[in-house]
Amino acid sequence: MSASAIPLRLALVGNPNSGKTALFNLLTGSRQKVANYTGVTVERKEGRLLAPSGRSYALLDLPGAYSLNPASLDEAITRDLCRGFYPGEPAPDVLVCVVDATNLRLHLRFVLEVRALGRPMVVALNMADAAERRGIRIDREALQHALGVPVVETVAVRHNGAKALVQTLEAIADKPHAPEHALAADADLHEETRRLLSLTVTMPTRTARIDDVLDRWLLHPVIGLVTLSLVMFLIFQAVYAWATPMMDAIEAATAWLGAVVGNAMPAGPLRSLVVDGIIAGLGGVIVFLPQILILFAFILALEESGYLPRAAFLLDKMMAGAGLSGRSFIPLLSSFACAIPGIMATRSIQDPRDRIATIMVAPLMTCSARLPVYALLIGAFIPKQQVAGLLNLQGLVLFALYLAGIVSALLVSFVMKKWRRDKGEHPLLLELPSYRLPHPRDLAIGLWERAMIFLKRVGGIILALTILLWFLLSFPAAPADATMPLIDYSFAGRIGHAMTAIFAPIGFNWQICIALIPGMAAREVAVASLATVYALSAANDDAAAQALAPIISDGWSLATALSLLVWFIYAPQCISTWATIKRETNSWKMMAISAGYLFALAYLASLVTYQLAVAMGAG
Amino acid sequence: MRLSELPRRTSATVDSVEDRSPNDAIARRLRELGFVAGEEVQVMASGPVGAEPLLVQVGFTRFALRRSEAARIVLRTNGKAT
Repeated sequence: MSASAIPLRLALVGNPNSGKTALFNLLTGSRQKVANYTGVTVERKEGRLLAPSGRSYALLDLPGAYSLNPASLDEAITRDLCRGFYPGEPAPDVLVCVVDATNLRLHLRFVLEVRALGRPMVVALNMADAAERRGIRIDREALQHALGVPVVETVAVRHNGAKALVQTLEAIADKPHAPEHALAADADLHEETRRLLSLTVTMPTRTARIDDVLDRWLLHPVIGLVTLSLVMFLIFQAVYAWATPMMDAIEAATAWLGAVVGNAMPAGPLRSLVVDGIIAGLGGVIVFLPQILILFAFILALEESGYLPRAAFLLDKMMAGAGLSGRSFIPLLSSFACAIPGIMATRSIQDPRDRIATIMVAPLMTCSARLPVYALLIGAFIPKQQVAGLLNLQGLVLFALYLAGIVSALLVSFVMKKWRRDKGEHPLLLELPSYRLPHPRDLAIGLWERAMIFLKRVGGIILALTILLWFLLSFPAAPADATMPLIDYSFAGRIGHAMTAIFAPIGFNWQICIALIPGMAAREVAVASLATVYALSAANDDAAAQALAPIISDGWSLATALSLLVWFIYAPQCISTWATIKRETNSWKMMAISAGYLFALAYLASLVTYQLAVAMGAG
Repeated sequence: MRLSELPRRTSATVDSVEDRSPNDAIARRLRELGFVAGEEVQVMASGPVGAEPLLVQVGFTRFALRRSEAARIVLRTNGKAT
């Protein structure tokens, strides 16, 4: 047996929820490469299948499709690729059509569509174990005979579950031939599907009992919503709280590494670049990983188990009113911890329009990085007093800030919905698949992919921007007889002074303007930067905030403080969020629109707040 | 009767799917998903707000359909379309 020079190209096609990706993971293991199809943000997954014979195959996992008559970009890619029309992608030599053995009424029709392409193909009856458990009997040989293509059983979640498929592929690899059948081109595929089913399948019940029971509870108007709230609370808690120790450890490790390297190098611009630019920049990238991994562990498990579409079902009506979809909820919720994992999570929203709308409003959710700024300003300016005898005024202001973000997000998405030129109906048409236990291998591979996408695609941009920011903050160096804070002499300092012209109407002094620049790296840095500008030497952020509070409460007017609080509700995102939006939408334009509209909102809202406050005597 | 009017947990048979506009992509997709003449359907549940969307069982599969989508599906009663 000689291995051919060019490996045979196989492509997995099938309906969504056919277990196609699980089968892909079983066949290729960790030998996978995830990228995008040229020019679009649809994920392209390719892997290598190493057969026992020693022969290797290139395996492509095509986007799931209900039909080759496409209703979405994903389906159009699948169709074009199957036909060999997709630019830059050679036609697959053999199509492996994956079907859910428990859902043949829907999936067999798609098999007939694929067969009509006239390309060599194999049908994989996936989840054969689940079918057997439900008492569904499929006469595989009769089906193979009736279809005129090889039919094999697979169990994607079992170690040896694809053995028969690999054997069949090996057998036909040398001379793949087109299927032979006598179905007319304009035949009714539903009619043919029913004929095949009555010929080859006996099924005791149409649905699984467990699905009926679970759906009765989980989609219940009251119990379903309570369960969903609990699940959401757990996710939020995990992303917010469980990630903190890991993030603290990463920050401590970065600081330690910076100190070690700093001590080993002679003082000078090179040391500053390595320590303050590169090491701090890398730390700034890796610090997001715990939140991303925890959030995606939940999302992947919910998606695999079949619960995510149920959550979308429960929330669809509420979200649709604001121009979003039920699937927008989890990304938006995660954005309260950090917009970066939130924006990455929008990949589970299939409709491109809903996805963009969600990405656009995600930064309006108050992320955890804004809390230090809020805490500083509220502590310094809002009196500690009781409202109505039981509410704390400071807490009330914090709650109002969170609420303002949520209300603004709903308003923005509503306005976007009204302004869109596209008035077409965007259907829900969402399949609620059978409940399944997620397989650890699929979760692990999914998590690994997310981590790599973040580190490789987003990390580079964040690192580059951090180094640019370091340059602005460090050059030119202050003269030896410097009397003002060092930052004052740098490019950033000059920009900050120049910015006052724009920011004076909203009440920002030059110290605030300068602090906004490093605040772009991460919003909580704004507090430390203010301390730097006021020439305070503080050991850490907490100490900085404590030392700052009396200075700013004496130096700033209440109107300025309120204006800055309002600014941070909308403040254009940190550069890491910009980088993520650019990567996830594959568009500089989207990033610019997002940053631009948030800047405009922030400016307008602060302007109104400041001028109103001044007019009321708080200037 | 239309699927959007069907009482919960009552079986009915699909008669046809109506196009709302020429080349209605949603109607076409509904047909592809199995809403075709003679197929048995049932509304299993509905969403918590405004009884939307509907959880519809067709064939061996469950779909969430908004009311405007379900209203395209015409049902047979007593063997005749109404």
